[in-house]
Amino acid sequence: MVCRGSGKIVGVDVGGTFTDLILLDPLSGEVRLSKVPSTTENQAFGALSALEQVAEDLAEIDLIVHGTTTTTNAVLERKLSKTGLITTRGFRDVLELGRRTRPSPYGMTGKFEPIVSREFRLEVDERIDAEGRVVTPLNENEVADAARELLEAECESVVIHFLHAYANPAHELHAARVVQEVWPNEYITTGHSLLSESREFERGVTAAVNASVQPLLEVYIRQLVEELHANGYSGEVLVMNGNGGMVSSHYVAREAAKTVMSGPASGVKAAAYTGSRAGFRNLLTYDMGGTSSDVALILDAEPAVSNEIEIEYAMPIHVPMVDVRTVGAGGGSIAKINPGGLLEVGPESAGANPGPICYGNGGTKPTISDANLLLGRLNPEKFASLQSSSSIEMVEELFERELGAPLGINAVGAAEAVVRIANTKMAGAIRMVSISLGADPRDFALFAFGGAGPLHATALARELAVPKVLIPARPGITNALGCVVADLRHDFVNTVNKPLDAIDIDDVHAVFERQIREGENLINGEKIAIKEINRFYSVDMQFVGQTHLLRVDLDFPTPSTHELRAAFEDAYFKRFKVDLQEIRVNLVNINTSVVGRRSELDLSTLIDPKGKKLSLSEAETGYRRVFFNSEWHRTPVYWRDHLPSNLQLKGPAIIEQMDSTTVLEPGDYAECDDDGNMIITIGTSL
Amino acid sequence: MSIDAITLGVIQAGLQQVCDEMDLSFSRAAFSPVIAEANDRSDGIYSAADGALIAQGAGGLPVFVGTMQYSTRTLIRMIEKGEVPAPRPGDIYIVNDPYLGGTHLMDVRFARPFYREGKIFCWLSNTGHWPDTGGSVPGGFSASATAVEQEGLRLPPVRLFKEGELDREIYSIICSNIRVADQRIGDVKAQAAALLVGEERLNALIDRYGDATVSAAIDDLRTRAATQMRAYIRDIPDGIYESVAIVDSDGVVNEPLEIRLAITSQGDELTFDFAGSSPPCRGPMNSVLATTHSSIYLAMRHIFPEVPISAGAFEPLNIIRPADTFLDAQYPRPVSGCAAEVSQRIAEAVFAALAEPLPERVTAAPAGTSGNFALGGNDPERDRDYVMYQISGGGYGGNYLHDGLSNGCSTIGISKAPPVEIMEQAFPVLFHQYALHEGSGGAGRMRGGFGLEYEVEVRRGQAQASFVMDHGRVGPQGALGGKEGGKNKVTVWRDGIAHIPDHFSKEQNIALNAGDRVHVRTPGGGGYGEPFERDPNLVLEDVRLGRYSVEEARELFGVVIVGPPLAADLTQTNKLRGPIVNEPSV
Repeated sequence: MVCRGSGKIVGVDVGGTFTDLILLDPLSGEVRLSKVPSTTENQAFGALSALEQVAEDLAEIDLIVHGTTTTTNAVLERKLSKTGLITTRGFRDVLELGRRTRPSPYGMTGKFEPIVSREFRLEVDERIDAEGRVVTPLNENEVADAARELLEAECESVVIHFLHAYANPAHELHAARVVQEVWPNEYITTGHSLLSESREFERGVTAAVNASVQPLLEVYIRQLVEELHANGYSGEVLVMNGNGGMVSSHYVAREAAKTVMSGPASGVKAAAYTGSRAGFRNLLTYDMGGTSSDVALILDAEPAVSNEIEIEYAMPIHVPMVDVRTVGAGGGSIAKINPGGLLEVGPESAGANPGPICYGNGGTKPTISDANLLLGRLNPEKFASLQSSSSIEMVEELFERELGAPLGINAVGAAEAVVRIANTKMAGAIRMVSISLGADPRDFALFAFGGAGPLHATALARELAVPKVLIPARPGITNALGCVVADLRHDFVNTVNKPLDAIDIDDVHAVFERQIREGENLINGEKIAIKEINRFYSVDMQFVGQTHLLRVDLDFPTPSTHELRAAFEDAYFKRFKVDLQEIRVNLVNINTSVVGRRSELDLSTLIDPKGKKLSLSEAETGYRRVFFNSEWHRTPVYWRDHLPSNLQLKGPAIIEQMDSTTVLEPGDYAECDDDGNMIITIGTSL
Repeated sequence: MSIDAITLGVIQAGLQQVCDEMDLSFSRAAFSPVIAEANDRSDGIYSAADGALIAQGAGGLPVFVGTMQYSTRTLIRMIEKGEVPAPRPGDIYIVNDPYLGGTHLMDVRFARPFYREGKIFCWLSNTGHWPDTGGSVPGGFSASATAVEQEGLRLPPVRLFKEGELDREIYSIICSNIRVADQRIGDVKAQAAALLVGEERLNALIDRYGDATVSAAIDDLRTRAATQMRAYIRDIPDGIYESVAIVDSDGVVNEPLEIRLAITSQGDELTFDFAGSSPPCRGPMNSVLATTHSSIYLAMRHIFPEVPISAGAFEPLNIIRPADTFLDAQYPRPVSGCAAEVSQRIAEAVFAALAEPLPERVTAAPAGTSGNFALGGNDPERDRDYVMYQISGGGYGGNYLHDGLSNGCSTIGISKAPPVEIMEQAFPVLFHQYALHEGSGGAGRMRGGFGLEYEVEVRRGQAQASFVMDHGRVGPQGALGGKEGGKNKVTVWRDGIAHIPDHFSKEQNIALNAGDRVHVRTPGGGGYGEPFERDPNLVLEDVRLGRYSVEEARELFGVVIVGPPLAADLTQTNKLRGPIVNEPSV
């Protein structure tokens, strides 16, 4: 544990388009923000230039926490290190065959590119059965030959993935030693090491993703740290993981797969932190982007975590990650009239290029963003200043022609319809996410962030019957904030998979104890000051004969058999309205998360208190016509940073800030809290 | 009452949401892995007057897309005629009779009347594939049944729930006639609870928009779905498009069954005529009419996925009743193969007929079989009997833009295959191979995807193997000059001696001992476009990755590969391919 001077903390998140940075000085309360374009070739450039904007002297900074999309992009774009696979004879195609699926229920087409090319997938004699018994001994010579072949083919990393290694890892460990001798190599991933569970495709893909992004992440982080040090920084660099926790840069590459999807995870982590300070411990988060939106659930101030995430079609990465679900509607979603004469929004998107019409990059198809502009929700001046090749008149004309004429309404009516249909679909998708995680959306508050989240938040809340909406002080830098407030976190899963009545409950207690000890050792080994350690216990259970699992949270790690059964039956009835006393219960997984909490950060300066005005009228920047409920309303527009701290604002209103726009519909009512969050009570009528 | 297009869109999304929530609830709470994992189930909303499909869950099993409205319609008619007791609020009817608008016996339908102000507003119904409903073989897929009685317990519509209460008497009759009955109560409750979820959500939707508005919207949406489908059909030039698809055999009589299809496109309607198809068969490959219709609907939806699932979308599709063929099964013809196999061959016939007028939308034939391999036996180590199913995928057909997907699931399914490790945990078997079926992708400008090749050994005890697969006699057909995909091949190794089923892909109860092996290669997808137009570099890449041999590259694609290092010899290739008839597309 190191205690250093200033205590200044930097969170820097590299996203698809922008690199966002936040610098917090807990002593003075000073907050500095910067936003620069992401540099896709080497993300370190963007991170450094963002740093330069806020700090003259990097030596003054105590801690840098970094969120990177290096590994996510590498996987999604298949720009991976050349990776070899050594596997059980007869099974080299497992990574390519997948689980016999297709991308959508209808349409007999699809494409899939495996992580490891077939020419680098080599087989060796060895076999272990489901009970962990050796059926065929490992052929060392074949392993050595395979390693040489992959080395000659200029592979950078290697996966050793054998059937049933979760039951007995001896062959994988042995093979790893043989490979190491032939080909001394830091990038050897054994299948069982990240995920010790059955299911050869999921375990194999997880291991292959790890191996194929390790060299990339290692090189990137090393360069970044070197650059930082060359510029005078001497502190720790921590890297965000997909579970919403962070890990030291020294170790991050070892389990590189865990950094995949860390960007969305840090956003949700920031939401949990911000919401908890504001007194909202149960949240649905909504982050609306250009082509899609991310939805997640926070229960009792903790983001829901899953170890069964599939990040795209047939690409499961089964390490614990914040359960962020993507819904296919974003600002760029295209609206059109189908041949039946109905208005449809999405799933096609104008993407970033050409993007919506109003971006002026040649887009000609009506999108959700364009509709918001026509309805007065977005500021037309902001777009007018961007480019001269598009104008609000052009947007209007295209809406009239493409949508309005076929529907027999004008352009504004069409725009309202687009927003309404889009909101209905997005609300439906949020509801599906929520109920598939076993939660009724009405029991939550909606936390909206990202550039466009706050634009739709009140309408979505109304649609979902969610009573309250939270808009954080800085919706556009939520992911960077997540880096700053993240905890040290380690998740453990042990599979039992036995009927409850056949289990010695002492063994269960022993597993919990081992998980706790391991997690605490890891956290105490990090050079980061922590305030306290929290532990979270849960079990995954099912009725014997079922395949789906239900997660049951436990308050303590020493439950009796009877308590486990009762807790499960309760949870099951609550979820499915079904009681099944006649059937036995299986205990499948025992889970512990050990979380090292850092000292609480004060977020009250995210919006500079000195900038706040004393009265609402001083924060007003003008009026514009905004279309609500089929008519124009003369609507006041406010500058967020100027809103008084004792805000009492009745909708309709538009609140603008650098990185986002919030819409308050007629009947809604907004207040501010000490951290500068806007807390909106949804009106009963519109 | 006229409703604006925006409200319509909102109500359409709302109805869809109700069904999707029913689907989700059913799968998550179900016990049967066929429902919970394979999503072999569907939930929907049907009209009070005639059972017409109003909305159905997007994630429902495709083959149920058309059957449930027939099932509901039949139920309504039987109630009207007094053949079935009239419903009361809270009742749920159960029915699995194939001839009353179903598929096979394992697909059990529940139907619940949905009331508003004391009157039936619509019906909520769902189908779930039960793992067993009795009959001569566990699981119900007998390859050699000659009457429906051998296939399992047949239930006419009876009220399993009466005013919300499970009728324990009916339930005990069911349980006494099916295998592994102890877990069925979980599925029954899950299936019933899904309908309750639907009722709750649909009430919320109607409360919000009003009974009259929703009612009018339902009518209007039906018309618009029809309009949308008609618009797509108008793009198909008028004419008659014909195709033939072959089922290996019926499992009893070793002769191919032919599906002969002529689709007449006229204006904005299509007429489907199966005249000339094979007569009713002795074995279980007969299709009941509802399944035959449903197969056409699901094929059309694969071609036009953007059309909503609604009775309106089916209106422009006229289907001439294929009387006196195996596509219109009458009691007591056995039907267990209709949902899993014959349905896919009907879909193949639709694809094959429409590839010519719709070359950008239709793919060459996909593998088109569920690849059902059942192994039943006794595990002496655990002292217990078991039944194992290995359901396999195959290659998809090439299409206008891309090669076919490898190892995709069946045309009528959407399920995930169980992992080898899970199979070996549960059953006394050891897999020796689980690999791409090399060489099986049908040759074409865009080649077919590859099938699966696996070999599995019985480790302990005695067992019996049964197969209900297809495409062993001929492979999935190519389109627009493409060649057929690799055939389905089954080899059973007993005491080191190979046995190949007489019916290629179907045989029942082959006795196996410990150490015997079953080797299966599933079909590849058909090729799309002339193989000689395929880019030689793509052929080279496939050879480099071991998907085709050098000889196959030469014979199938006319590409001469030399080396190592492997390279395409373009001069020799051009000589072999001869004069270019069509410019290769880029």
